[in-house]
Amino acid sequence: MNTRLKTAAYVGPGLGWLALFMIIPCGIIFVYSFFERGTYGGIDFIFSFDNFNRALDPIYLNILLTSGRIAGLTTLIALILAYPAAYAISCAPTRRQPVFLFMVMLPFWSNYLIRTYAWIVLLNREGLINNSLEGLGLISEPLPLLYNEFAIITGLVYNYLPFVILAIYASLSRLNPEIREASEDLGASSLTTFLRVTLPLTMPGIAAGSIFVFVLSIGNFITPDLLGGGRLMMVGNLIYDQFLSARDWPFGSALSLMLIGVMMMLLFTQAIAVNKSMGERV
Amino acid sequence: MTMGVSDTVIRLDHLTKRFGSMTAVDGVELDFQENEFFALLGPSGCGKTTLLRMIAGFEIPDEGKVLLDGNDITQLRPNRRPVNLMFQSYALFPHMTVRKNISYGLEMDGINSVALNSRVDETLETTQLDELAGRKPDQLSGGQRQRVALARALIKRPRVLLLDEPLSALDKKLRGQMQLELKRLQHEVGITFVVVTHDQEEALVMADRIALMRDGVVEQCGKPHDLYENPGSRFVAEFIGAMNTFDGKLTDNGVEINGLGLLRGAVENNSQAGMNATLAVRPERIKITKTPPMGEDNSISGKVDDLAYHGQDLGVHVRLENGAMALVRVSAADPIAESLSDNTKIWCAWSPRHSRILTS
Amino acid sequence: MKTPQKTIGMRLLGGHLWVVYTFLYIPILVLMGLSFNDIGMPTAWGGFSTKWYGVLLENDAVLNAAKNTLIVATVSTFLATLVGTMLAIGIESRGRKTSSALEALLFAPMIIPDIVLAIALLSFFTLLDFTLGLHSIILSHVVFNIAFVSAVVRTRLKNFDFSILEASIDLGASEFTTFRRVTLPVIFPGVLAGGLLAFTLSVDEFIIAFFTAGAGSSSTTLPMQIYSMIRFGVTPEINAMATIVMLVSFTLVFISQRINKGSSVS
Repeated sequence: MNTRLKTAAYVGPGLGWLALFMIIPCGIIFVYSFFERGTYGGIDFIFSFDNFNRALDPIYLNILLTSGRIAGLTTLIALILAYPAAYAISCAPTRRQPVFLFMVMLPFWSNYLIRTYAWIVLLNREGLINNSLEGLGLISEPLPLLYNEFAIITGLVYNYLPFVILAIYASLSRLNPEIREASEDLGASSLTTFLRVTLPLTMPGIAAGSIFVFVLSIGNFITPDLLGGGRLMMVGNLIYDQFLSARDWPFGSALSLMLIGVMMMLLFTQAIAVNKSMGERV
Repeated sequence: MTMGVSDTVIRLDHLTKRFGSMTAVDGVELDFQENEFFALLGPSGCGKTTLLRMIAGFEIPDEGKVLLDGNDITQLRPNRRPVNLMFQSYALFPHMTVRKNISYGLEMDGINSVALNSRVDETLETTQLDELAGRKPDQLSGGQRQRVALARALIKRPRVLLLDEPLSALDKKLRGQMQLELKRLQHEVGITFVVVTHDQEEALVMADRIALMRDGVVEQCGKPHDLYENPGSRFVAEFIGAMNTFDGKLTDNGVEINGLGLLRGAVENNSQAGMNATLAVRPERIKITKTPPMGEDNSISGKVDDLAYHGQDLGVHVRLENGAMALVRVSAADPIAESLSDNTKIWCAWSPRHSRILTS
Repeated sequence: MKTPQKTIGMRLLGGHLWVVYTFLYIPILVLMGLSFNDIGMPTAWGGFSTKWYGVLLENDAVLNAAKNTLIVATVSTFLATLVGTMLAIGIESRGRKTSSALEALLFAPMIIPDIVLAIALLSFFTLLDFTLGLHSIILSHVVFNIAFVSAVVRTRLKNFDFSILEASIDLGASEFTTFRRVTLPVIFPGVLAGGLLAFTLSVDEFIIAFFTAGAGSSSTTLPMQIYSMIRFGVTPEINAMATIVMLVSFTLVFISQRINKGSSVS
């Protein structure tokens, strides 16, 4: 009993804080999403599913689908870039691996706004890339690089790539090198070994990295706002507008709830997949 | 050793501890004598470590008492007990030097720095750790860590030193050395040692007395020789040393075994003929002959199934006529050792006084 | 022996890694370079100059925002480090597997979209009629910082032998002495690394601060200031500020790496 009390004393403030400032606020969002917007931007406490029906309205559905597509493409591109990079790091001499990894993670720790802003400077009509290409005489007209889906995806990949590399590297470095050698010893080629041994065993890292990028991309606000230039909306921007411009909190809440739903579904699927693969290994 | 009241340091009175629905320690009655080396022996999960932790004060028993020199210390906090524990992991403070680790306990007692330093120096010297005093635990070998843990627990001169699997982290060769070393040390400091171990050989070598535990209960408590030669139950017989067991029905002067006939041994007066019984005999008590033996001894025949060479002796696995297996230990000096090979027909014989008849 | 094929494969992999590094660092280096460009625009190089840093330092709004950010980051880091460390110790010292519900709860603040947490907190504070300002930003930042600090400290506690705490008590120390002389010194590098991480995150956080700061410019934080400057357009001042902010972040990361070095070898 004594130890239980002690644990409670240690854990209490932290869990209490999370309960008060995360669970309860999210609970409020949950409740709001079933109410209606009041005439003057307040909330009418009338129970309804209208907000969720509204989200399926073609205008909003389109935004949801665009968000999903952008997040999906971002995840795919990030994976394609990250896997070989993580593999290259894991093949480096053990002593130098932390340095390579540190170099990957360093940009990740700088300000997100600034990292995104850097791409405005690069992709601008008068930006560095257009300028250089024109200077080299390769193009006569500036390319429309900014304020489109391309810019958003570039920005998202740029911001989250380090984390995907880290996640994949983590599962690669946990891999016993003798397993790969065993596969080659049994007659498999390097490619077969990669496809049949390495890739399946690093799936947890791939899954963790993918979910992270997908969830953070689909709910992103800053990147579509700055690099999409308001021409392209994602769910995050829609939520932002419902709270700050349209003053429709219930609808904004419903959209947020849907984002949380997507996030929980993905995490749940991952947890089951991990449990299953652990079970198989035992 | 006299068994007077004054000689008892710790007395465990009907100690019981439950974790949920599981009873880890169930009504244990034991006493530890002054200047005794006592071993709590048993398979993992038998409750021996829980028992040790109740003596140290890290677990409060659900029932029963811990008495130290006759005083009830059951509820006393661990930092107030004149009892120290050497942890299985050694639990050395990783951020402190060897010297700091050893002086920690004395610092807690608030001893003045002059006395403290001289006692630490003295301990470092007697444990041959003076050269390593400035090192941190991660710069020490397993054996050195073990010595630091021992020194740290002993410097407070506790009434009783508890040792939780003190040698389990060491390799086999070092373990053998340290068994004797611990015994010598215990003799030198004159403090009661209570050691928890799952290794019966370790217990036999080191301890003055052993309590063999099973499922939270003490199965048998006594001198190593008693436990080995007079096991009270089949569990004790099989846990300590190697033992051949033959199951059958009790008769007036032995046990009738299916396919082997009557094997003789002393039968206790209060047992009834016809009940289930086991006849047990140690492998080193059996003599092997290639011709049928004469005389009054128990004798069974069989074929050599396998030979295991151990250097000082030979383990002969015998397939008996009823299909059961028996193990016989033949000294390397015995000329018969060299003439045995697989499928050699042999006879195993032993005196009835080396038979143990177990009815539980 | 390596086959020639393998070497080509390895070269390609190595080449790819350097392409990734180029991708990661070019934007940062361009910003830093431009901050010293006299014209301030990426169109041409007008010579080396630090004048944009001078302009920046005369901008009262920026300086005020920097001060606010420092207050928010310091206080929220202190609170989150304290509470998060206790949480980590409490969880890891139980010595059994953490339930997946608890793991999810601790993981949620790290992965929940910040816009969602931001509007949730805004709704919460509004419902309570809570006055918004620096204090509400602090309360909100502590939420995700608790999660990060406890994650870092828990990693450190994974290799922690909890029997050393019992050893300390067995040798006569009180609970408090044990915490001060054993627990804290051993986990301190993890606590410090967690604290620095929390500080960095808090300094950089934009959306939650934006939603919980309330009206008026008095509680504008640096990221909020940067955001409004970016929305205004590409100005040379931002490059100078970006350079300073990045250098501060990088320094903190370097320090926390140094602290955890040698101790994170496992």
